[in-house]
Amino acid sequence: MASSPKLNAKIPEGTIENKWTKYRSTVHLVNPSNKRSLEVIVVGSGLAGASAAASLAEMGYKVKVLYFQDSPRRAHSIAAQGGVNAAKNYQNDGDSVYRLFYDTIKGGDYRAREANVHRLAEVSGAIIDQCVAQGVPFAREYGGTLSNRSFGGTQVQRTFYAAGQTGQQLLLGAYSALQRQVGMGAVQLLARHEMMDVVNIDGKCRGIIARDLVTGKLERHFGHAVLLCTGGYGNVFYLSTNAMGSNVTAIWKAHKKGAFFGNPCYTQIHPTCIPVSGDHQSKLTLMSESLRNDGRIWVPKKQNDTRKGTDIPEEERDYYLERRYPAFGNLVPRDVASRAAKERCDAGYGVGSSKMAVFLDFAANTERYGKIEASKQNIHNPSKEQIIKLGKDVIKEKYGNLFDMYKQITGEDPYEVPMRIYPAVHYTMGGLWVDYNLMTTIPGLYALGEANFSDHGANRLGASALMQGLADGYFVIPYTIGDYLAEEIRTKSIPTDNDAFAKAEAEVQDRITKLMGIRGTKSVDHFHKRLGKIMWDKCGMGRNKEGLTSAISEIQKIREEFWKDVRVPGDANEFNPELEKAHRVADFIELGELMCKDALHRDESCGGHFRDEYQTLEGEAMRDDENFAYVAAWEFKGEGNFELHKEELKYENIKIAARSYK
Amino acid sequence: MSHGNMNLTLKVWKQKNKNEKGRFETYMAKGISPDMSFLEMFDVVNEQLINEGKEPIAFDHDCREGICGMCSMYINGRPHGPKEGITTCQLHMRSFKDGDTIVVEPWRSAAFPVIKDLAVDRSSFDRIMASGGFVSVNTGNAKDANNILIPKDDADDAFNAAACIGCGACVAACKNSSAMLFVSAKVSQLALLPQGKIEAKARVLNMVKQMDEEGFGNCTNTGACEAECPKGISLENIARMNREYLSASLT
Amino acid sequence: MSKKSGFLYSSIGKKIIMGLTGLFLIAFLLVHCFVNSLIFLNDGGLTFNVGAAFMATNWLIRFGEIVLFAGLILHIVQALVLTLDNKKARPIGYDQVNGAANSKWYSRSMGLLGTLLLIFLIIHLAHFWLKSRFTGLPGEDANGNENLYKVMQTTFTQMWVVILYCLSMISLAYHLMHGFQSAFQTLGLNHKKYTPLIKKIGLILSILIPFIFALMPLAMHFGLIL
Repeated sequence: MASSPKLNAKIPEGTIENKWTKYRSTVHLVNPSNKRSLEVIVVGSGLAGASAAASLAEMGYKVKVLYFQDSPRRAHSIAAQGGVNAAKNYQNDGDSVYRLFYDTIKGGDYRAREANVHRLAEVSGAIIDQCVAQGVPFAREYGGTLSNRSFGGTQVQRTFYAAGQTGQQLLLGAYSALQRQVGMGAVQLLARHEMMDVVNIDGKCRGIIARDLVTGKLERHFGHAVLLCTGGYGNVFYLSTNAMGSNVTAIWKAHKKGAFFGNPCYTQIHPTCIPVSGDHQSKLTLMSESLRNDGRIWVPKKQNDTRKGTDIPEEERDYYLERRYPAFGNLVPRDVASRAAKERCDAGYGVGSSKMAVFLDFAANTERYGKIEASKQNIHNPSKEQIIKLGKDVIKEKYGNLFDMYKQITGEDPYEVPMRIYPAVHYTMGGLWVDYNLMTTIPGLYALGEANFSDHGANRLGASALMQGLADGYFVIPYTIGDYLAEEIRTKSIPTDNDAFAKAEAEVQDRITKLMGIRGTKSVDHFHKRLGKIMWDKCGMGRNKEGLTSAISEIQKIREEFWKDVRVPGDANEFNPELEKAHRVADFIELGELMCKDALHRDESCGGHFRDEYQTLEGEAMRDDENFAYVAAWEFKGEGNFELHKEELKYENIKIAARSYK
Repeated sequence: MSHGNMNLTLKVWKQKNKNEKGRFETYMAKGISPDMSFLEMFDVVNEQLINEGKEPIAFDHDCREGICGMCSMYINGRPHGPKEGITTCQLHMRSFKDGDTIVVEPWRSAAFPVIKDLAVDRSSFDRIMASGGFVSVNTGNAKDANNILIPKDDADDAFNAAACIGCGACVAACKNSSAMLFVSAKVSQLALLPQGKIEAKARVLNMVKQMDEEGFGNCTNTGACEAECPKGISLENIARMNREYLSASLT
Repeated sequence: MSKKSGFLYSSIGKKIIMGLTGLFLIAFLLVHCFVNSLIFLNDGGLTFNVGAAFMATNWLIRFGEIVLFAGLILHIVQALVLTLDNKKARPIGYDQVNGAANSKWYSRSMGLLGTLLLIFLIIHLAHFWLKSRFTGLPGEDANGNENLYKVMQTTFTQMWVVILYCLSMISLAYHLMHGFQSAFQTLGLNHKKYTPLIKKIGLILSILIPFIFALMPLAMHFGLIL
């Protein structure tokens, strides 16, 4: 198989260890005085956006950042709990750049691009250095050094963390760097602005059309380059752990203007979320993967067991992850853990009132910690109660905020009874196809962080999303953007009364007028929920040909109905959250169709993409490296019409093998 | 569509934009389940309003798991409602009784103008941050992370201060609309860490100056901010900031 | 100079002035309370009048009095400035406020308590200080000292005065209860180990001082001391 001529990944020559170093030293540079006249638009203010904007402004570029929230600090990176990986080997447990690279490729089920992943592993250490220098308060040991913990899919401790709020602390670090540039006048912030379209002139991206969400006014912004750092599209499922406002609109608009969409069907279903409690539910809440360090996952050995978790004796419990995957146990990668939970529940072993949940139990480790603590404190022959109490204190220090959150939502006390958890949509590995420079197929348009497809293959390992977002923003784009902008130093700012801007704005205006004019009978959420249900049932954890085929036609029907019957109240020229949602859901509907088409064409199971038809007798995923070791990059060819391009994935440094965690 | 059997009366502040005058409007929330979050209850009311051809209530929200700081709402006389240590999105309807009347107002402060209904503009916080809430270190300047050793207690205190989510409940709760808890949390976090000490003096002077210019009121140590803070940010931070400010001013 | 004025005009600067003047006024209260307690010696006010005469004639004390008035005026003016600032900071108030849920009522009512104390102070000054300094006192005691004690006795024969003084001392108690520890917090003196102690001392002082003061009119009115 050869890659499509339309996809030039621009992977530098050389050995994997030297590619990035060499490239970084030879890539074109822009001299400081020219940087001052080059404008960069950054869409989104999460880890990728804020770090990129701050770094580019520090270098001297003129930067504009827009985001739909009221402050850059609210981007959804803030909700990441567990940690950020880095190959520091501070624990002296054999970690290295190569091992992080290897774990990430393997965790991604051999569907990621080697060169990108190696670069990610190489810069991972610098991320920790940078964040610490900014004052990010990572957890520390008594000696004052940084503390680490382990995450799924690895056998070393390389995850840096700040209690259960790592994403928050990293984002606040990047945000503070960004605000520093704002204070210096190097960055202009556009709060409560949503990107409505990209503007291409002569085949290059030259700006965007944005809507001021407070006044409803459309605005034109010119940029020599545009960076989309807009996160993932998990909300296509309606229920996900994403924030309510997380959306696909920016990258979908770019896709419709010529950016190829990579691997849209690769969706990560996170194994440990609080189960759905009713049809009123608006979003799902994640319980950090770090809980799997100390929580044991089990279901009753008997089907339809209605006893309380604490009433089921040890010998009647099935610790199915430990049973099936003895080497990694409860710390298998997310896709594996999620599917195993679904398999048990589908087979009738689920717990709780919905029967769609499994237990995450801390009792064993509470006791273990209690004993350690008792001997630390020189308590001889401690009573069972004493041990449990001491153990609970340890658990509380490690996961207190998560336990409180669980109690708040469910009304149950996880210190006393095992948590009930179930998988939920969490992250999308797919996104805009980008080359080694993070540029999409539209010159001058880049995608960073979760918005691109690049580093996680078919499944992302825990604590790697924060790593990738910051790697892209702090340490990749500042170099790679030079490759393009060095050629643009002669391009003067294009006045926004240019025809291309006028035309793009008119198109956006038309769409708003159309949406407001329908005055139908059903709310935006109504359509979103219906779309979400189809996606979850037919393009979720288990997919098959029949389901996907019917999903595609059902989604097409929803799209038709949406444009006939949606009701958007209020006015277009004011703060109108319903109108914002309508735009986003309209795009989700189109994306949903593409996701199903991508899932349907990929006749194999890999990572987050599990096709029922392709599994071993034991229910493990069956990859087809012969025919599917490629990135599926889809080109938009008109409503509901997408053309497939393939980028071949070559593994020169890692032996491609069946993924085993046994 | 019914979800549960609680029926509530909502008295909600409605205001078209920052220039027009606002007023209270009464809505009925029917068929509410105790397992819903407060915002999900608003979703149900809004869905009903849209179905009736009326305009829904505008409110800010995003992550719905208590970390982004976007949701606000002054509920029955308290920011983020009647329970301690949580944001409005984490408030569940089991904290109310069937038949209750609930009064919902926006954060009220000159520095937080109302955008619409319950949504307010908190960009004043961003401007305070831009005036000094950072360590001046460019990307690439950093040394190896473990070259900076930090006593665990300092790191823990800094972390506790850094837990602030910038929601503005402290301002909303304060009888004087003071932003001291917010500002002091950032000043403290960075003052406690060796990385932040270098610029500590300029930081506290600039941030306090910006805070005053934004039109926040003065701290009178009632402790309402600390009691209402969803992240438990301590008043000790305010004392630390006062100390930092005093010594920066005197030297 | 601009930096110094910046400090005084900043919100923290203004609060520090409030705290410092407040603590200074508390120091005065302690002295005042000590001297006045001499009446409880029940010696017909002889010792008390010695103290009063010393306070009235010693030049250091007289100078201190000017500083005291300056401090008091600064405390009051600053309070007014802060109150106006704070009004501006929330132009539209809440319809419903559940203050009890997050703070003590007296911490939210320092302005009101202060105003009551100001009214009391004017009456109080008219009762004693004006007479002692300007209009003159009626006669001397057995030692030949000006008889301020006598003025007290006369003043406290009136029931309304006794009631007014007692109520005002309740205002003072609450004002101090918040003011004392609040001043330390404003000055940045907050420490895990010592703050509880400061709070305890504050509580004792804010009950003890007004209690002793209130005992004076009561004791005189009901003839417990002669």
